[in-house]
Amino acid sequence: MQKITRSDLINKAKELFANGTVNRVLGWKAGEFAYDVTPAVFNSIEDMEKNFVFGDFCNANFSKYLIAETGKSAEKVLVFLKPCDTYSFNQLLTEHRFAREKVYAVGIPCEGMLDIGKIKNLAGDGILEIISGENAVTVKTLYDDDKTLNYADIMVERCLSCKSKKHVAYDELIGEEGDVIDSNRFDEVERIEKMTSDERFAFWQSQLSKCIRCNACRDICPACTCEKCVFDNPKSSVNNKAISDSFEEKMFHIIRAFHVAGRCTDCGECSRVCPQGIPLHLLNRKFIKDINSFYGDYQAGEEEGSRAPLINYTFDDLEPGEAVGRGE
Amino acid sequence: MSMNKEFKPNIVAFCCNWCSYAGADLAGSNRLAYPDNVKIIRVPCSCRVNPMFILRAFQRGADGVILCGCHPGDCHYTSGNYFTRRRMALLFSMLEYLGIEKERTRVEWVSAAEGAKFAATMNEFTETVAALGENKRLEDLRCKR
Repeated sequence: MQKITRSDLINKAKELFANGTVNRVLGWKAGEFAYDVTPAVFNSIEDMEKNFVFGDFCNANFSKYLIAETGKSAEKVLVFLKPCDTYSFNQLLTEHRFAREKVYAVGIPCEGMLDIGKIKNLAGDGILEIISGENAVTVKTLYDDDKTLNYADIMVERCLSCKSKKHVAYDELIGEEGDVIDSNRFDEVERIEKMTSDERFAFWQSQLSKCIRCNACRDICPACTCEKCVFDNPKSSVNNKAISDSFEEKMFHIIRAFHVAGRCTDCGECSRVCPQGIPLHLLNRKFIKDINSFYGDYQAGEEEGSRAPLINYTFDDLEPGEAVGRGE
Repeated sequence: MSMNKEFKPNIVAFCCNWCSYAGADLAGSNRLAYPDNVKIIRVPCSCRVNPMFILRAFQRGADGVILCGCHPGDCHYTSGNYFTRRRMALLFSMLEYLGIEKERTRVEWVSAAEGAKFAATMNEFTETVAALGENKRLEDLRCKR
């Protein structure tokens, strides 16, 4: 359950519309169902009062939307950023992807968002209403009695190992500032590292073979902002809409993760949007974990203007052979 | 007759123009033997090698890929190989994470004066890859004859 409400955000927007700071708002709007929350641009406060929503399904990270949105008007756009979104926001500023002066960023606290897939698995289909309570969620469905679910069972994967409740960039904050959390986000990576080579291969083969190459992970990723993507090049033979060979799955996922290595803030959007439920964040986290252990702790987006590890070096970096435990 | 005895691995060696390619040349002029299944691809600098090149080599039938460049500190472009070193460390670690044999990939620094090192490295690397056998985990069936 979120600590702030929809009306808190609307009141803030009203104030900023009234004093002329912004002329539009990047926010969330409900889709066909209450849990189908989608990003939207609101041009007036009336529009916002009618369609704006805020709740436990407002997952979208708006940082990447700012690239297109800031290009549309000379005036400022109001954007609501959760703590993890502010890391992507900073990272995009570092890469000069949008103009900071065209954005009015309001930091909002986040208590963790919910995963409708997990809820459907536990509560079944035909969901009529999802009511977020203090300690548990009540789900009303067409078929059964109401179900009560624990937050820990239905939170989005990334929120279960949240790395920070602290906003690293904002113009204004609603609610209280949180802290960076000592998260357990590398536990799963370590578990895979401990497997034998054959087990790891089998694990990734089973996961990656689910991939349908919809490119959702690439499109949502706030670090994937190239205007021309290597995977869209018709001459590369890697732009296929269907994966016809197991090599291609591995190629796509290794390269996708590699292209954001050192810039990935671990916002977890890739795994959230994957329609096949592939744990893509485990690839990104492997790179983050390696970077931390090889080149010193680095959190992308924590500080605007910081130099990413892959465009940096020291004279005594470890050798690639040493990285895989082979003294050379 | 077992297949393994006949198996000759395909090795792709990316060599930087300024050091390792000249090192390979020196190995040749000194009549130092190295396996003929090592296919050298000349690149302007070791940091020209994109991770995709390495995966592509495996896709098109390589059983092992080795990347040779100037020794750290000796890069013709001053710092190219330092970037290579970081990239390849991460890439190799990722390949191992996906369960692909780590012995199939290697980075070796070979200067233009190290013809003997070039030949020895290639001999040793080919032997290692031959012992591993055919590349199965990163093969592309469409590229098989």
